[in-house]
Amino acid sequence: MKEQLQKDFDNTIKNLTLSRRDIEIKKFYLDNFINKGFPNKREEDWKFSDLNQIIKKNIGELSFYSDYTYTNKVDSSVFVDGLEHNKIVFINGRIEKIDFDYEKKDQIEIIDQSETINKFNNNNSLSDLNSAFTNKSFKIVVKEGYHLTKPLIIYHTTNSEIWSKNINLRLNFKLYENSSLRLIDLFRDTSEKNFLNIFYNFDLKKNSILKNYKVDKYENKNIKYSFNNIEQDKNSISETFILSSGSNFCKNEINCNLNGEYSSAFVNGIFSINNNKHHEIRTIINHLTENTKSYQLIKSVLEDSSRAVYQGKIFVNSKAQKTDGYQLSKAILLNKDSEFNAKPELEIYADDVKCSHGSASGSLNEDSIFYLMSRGLNYQQSRELLINGFLLDVVEKITDPEVKNLIKNMIGIKE
Amino acid sequence: MDNRQKEIDNLKDYKYGFTTDIENTRAPKGLNEDIIRFISSIKKEPQWMLDFRLKAFERFKHLKEPDWQKPKYPKIDYQDLYYYSAPKSMKDKPKNLDDLDPKLLETYKKLGIPLQEQKRLNGIAVDAVFDSVSVATTFREELTKQGIIFCPISEAIQNHPELVKKYLGSVIPVTDHFFATLNSAVFTDGSFAYIPEGVRCPMELSTYFRINASNTGQFERTLIVADKGSYVSYLEGCTAPMRDENQLHAANVELVALDDAEIKYSTVQNWYPGDKDGKGGIYNFVTKRGLCKGKNSKISWTQVETGSAITWKYPSCILKGDNSVGEFYSIAITNNHQKADTGTKMIHLGKNTKSKIISKGISAGFSDMTYRGLVDISSKAANSNNYTQCDSLLMGNKCGAHTVPYIKNKNSESNIAHEATTSKISEEQLHYCQQRGLSAEEAVGLIVNGFCKEVLQQLPMEFAVEAQKLVGISLEGSVG
Repeated sequence: MKEQLQKDFDNTIKNLTLSRRDIEIKKFYLDNFINKGFPNKREEDWKFSDLNQIIKKNIGELSFYSDYTYTNKVDSSVFVDGLEHNKIVFINGRIEKIDFDYEKKDQIEIIDQSETINKFNNNNSLSDLNSAFTNKSFKIVVKEGYHLTKPLIIYHTTNSEIWSKNINLRLNFKLYENSSLRLIDLFRDTSEKNFLNIFYNFDLKKNSILKNYKVDKYENKNIKYSFNNIEQDKNSISETFILSSGSNFCKNEINCNLNGEYSSAFVNGIFSINNNKHHEIRTIINHLTENTKSYQLIKSVLEDSSRAVYQGKIFVNSKAQKTDGYQLSKAILLNKDSEFNAKPELEIYADDVKCSHGSASGSLNEDSIFYLMSRGLNYQQSRELLINGFLLDVVEKITDPEVKNLIKNMIGIKE
Repeated sequence: MDNRQKEIDNLKDYKYGFTTDIENTRAPKGLNEDIIRFISSIKKEPQWMLDFRLKAFERFKHLKEPDWQKPKYPKIDYQDLYYYSAPKSMKDKPKNLDDLDPKLLETYKKLGIPLQEQKRLNGIAVDAVFDSVSVATTFREELTKQGIIFCPISEAIQNHPELVKKYLGSVIPVTDHFFATLNSAVFTDGSFAYIPEGVRCPMELSTYFRINASNTGQFERTLIVADKGSYVSYLEGCTAPMRDENQLHAANVELVALDDAEIKYSTVQNWYPGDKDGKGGIYNFVTKRGLCKGKNSKISWTQVETGSAITWKYPSCILKGDNSVGEFYSIAITNNHQKADTGTKMIHLGKNTKSKIISKGISAGFSDMTYRGLVDISSKAANSNNYTQCDSLLMGNKCGAHTVPYIKNKNSESNIAHEATTSKISEEQLHYCQQRGLSAEEAVGLIVNGFCKEVLQQLPMEFAVEAQKLVGISLEGSVG
């Protein structure tokens, strides 16, 4: 793999106009990655999902070079109907379109950041890989006091022109005081067997609100890793919703630092997977100051021989008195071959806190099915009704009514 | 009140911190094959036992000391330890209690286990382990009448080789982790109990461990086998003198429950925790594992962990037999600079297996406490159930409480439920108690005892009283 990486790296560098210093930095990250390799199960954070094995088994040899010199045609049929929105379109990892038609031009700034690599406080080797190979990275700034009138949808599309490729994306967001942003990540893949490595960085200033909805709904055979780092200042709110369903393998990581008083973080997630899929959500919520709040709810419905993993950590440092932290994960195993693993973790150094977590997994309640059948539904209907209700609970947590409806329609959940 | 205050004052420091001036026979320092041969020969062990030890040692040479645990400790020099230490008078084994060195008897009396009186009083059969050797076992005749074997393990190796050979290492194999393997190579003594088919052991069996000599590692090995349909309740207590240096205690405990058998294992661990600044104290790195081998068998662990500088152990149950049950009840209290990383593993292999985990952690002062547990329901363990509850109580903002559960469910017909909370004693509760005339410290004691009640209830009567007191003492000085 080493020669391949080196070769692909040289090719990638050739097509970019970078300063000598930036090349040095990229080289540094490349060497880091070569040293560490893909994460494997010997690392605690990857205990339940051995990425190295998964890539070997599903893809085999990866190539890291993508030719970004030509443009892809944007296929407007993938765009969401019935909801006016701003767009960023990625095709095979290349940004093809940035469009903030519905917003005031002077309130949003898009900065091309390709030449300055900013550090991530995530020490796994995938961030090194990302830093070494990202070709273009943008910073999106929302100015003070501005609320985007329409949500922003980022389309992550891939087409069948790529095969066994590693695609690295990176975006930075900065929300100034009293601003807000609704962001939907939508994955549409017609490609197979690629590895997407996505890093987002959010910087939330005082009183700002971020709502991020990640929707991986459509069937595909790709492997995805997505990392969100969220820094929160005083009184800011972040809401993250994850629908983890379509890809063969998908791991979402949320790292949230509650740096300012009265800031709060909400993470809600749904696993709805079948076949041999293997999905994971890992969250780390760091309560670093007084009076912060976090809430997490993860629900899973597992069919066939699918596997879901939830690793959630609430960290409270000794200054963070009056922390309120809550975490709940529930799973329904529908098949004897399905598997649910959880590691809900609490690490607490302050005494005046209210922290709790719960985790439950098991089969569909036969008594409830009996109840519904005795009222005239057939087995299939009762089962669907129960699963619907189980998942609806999480969807209802979405605070934005427009997006809530969109997602409800997408999953086909009826009320 | 006055009496109570006096009592508390007496207990303020570590009560068992005295040393006994007894001449010791020691093997030279260091860990090598010769030492293992020496231990084996001084115990007059048969060849198979020596082979067992050597095999473990061979394996040990290739193992690396684990470092994933939360409480870190300075590196232990395994060559700088004494692996065998015995009171001189034990060289020729005393035939009965009257032959025992009076100093030894006095020591145990100070610890609250008068072996002489035990003979007369009805109650608990005790096996006492001093440094590396087992010094006395009481009530032996009475137990023998029922066919129960309760003796030091070194004796069992001589007298009941067929049983020991069959079960020793069957739950904790010689090829297990670092500390367990070390124990397999150098263990010196411990208790052995065998309950024959259909017998309900009429009294509590108990072992009392004491580390006396300095620079000694204590490696004892306990093996309890409950044959079909039998029942036994086993108690374990530990103390050590106050010393400035850290001492290693790496014991192995193996339990085997056959069809319809039940083993109840209770521990009150009160090794020397080190002084207020965290100097000295015991490293308690113990491997405890129970195997529910037969159908409908049950193993229940109850532990009250108040001592030791570092406690690092996970009493586990392997639920292999169908319908078997595993239970784990734990109170862990850390104060001053103590550290604990403890919990359990419940491994469900058989059908209809059930397990229950109740863990209560209390940390005060500068201490750090971690619950780490594994619940693993394998794909064959249909219709299994687990319930886990971990509660932590924090006193002050210099201490930490952590919960790290691993939950694996591979069977769709099985259910796992886990909940954990972390909180502190509320002002309202304290106010209420103080309003009714209790001092702040008494109030905390009362509330903490209430917090621990679920676990304390599981202990046998005599132990429960002791444990309740211990809970109070351990938290001395952590309020106000």
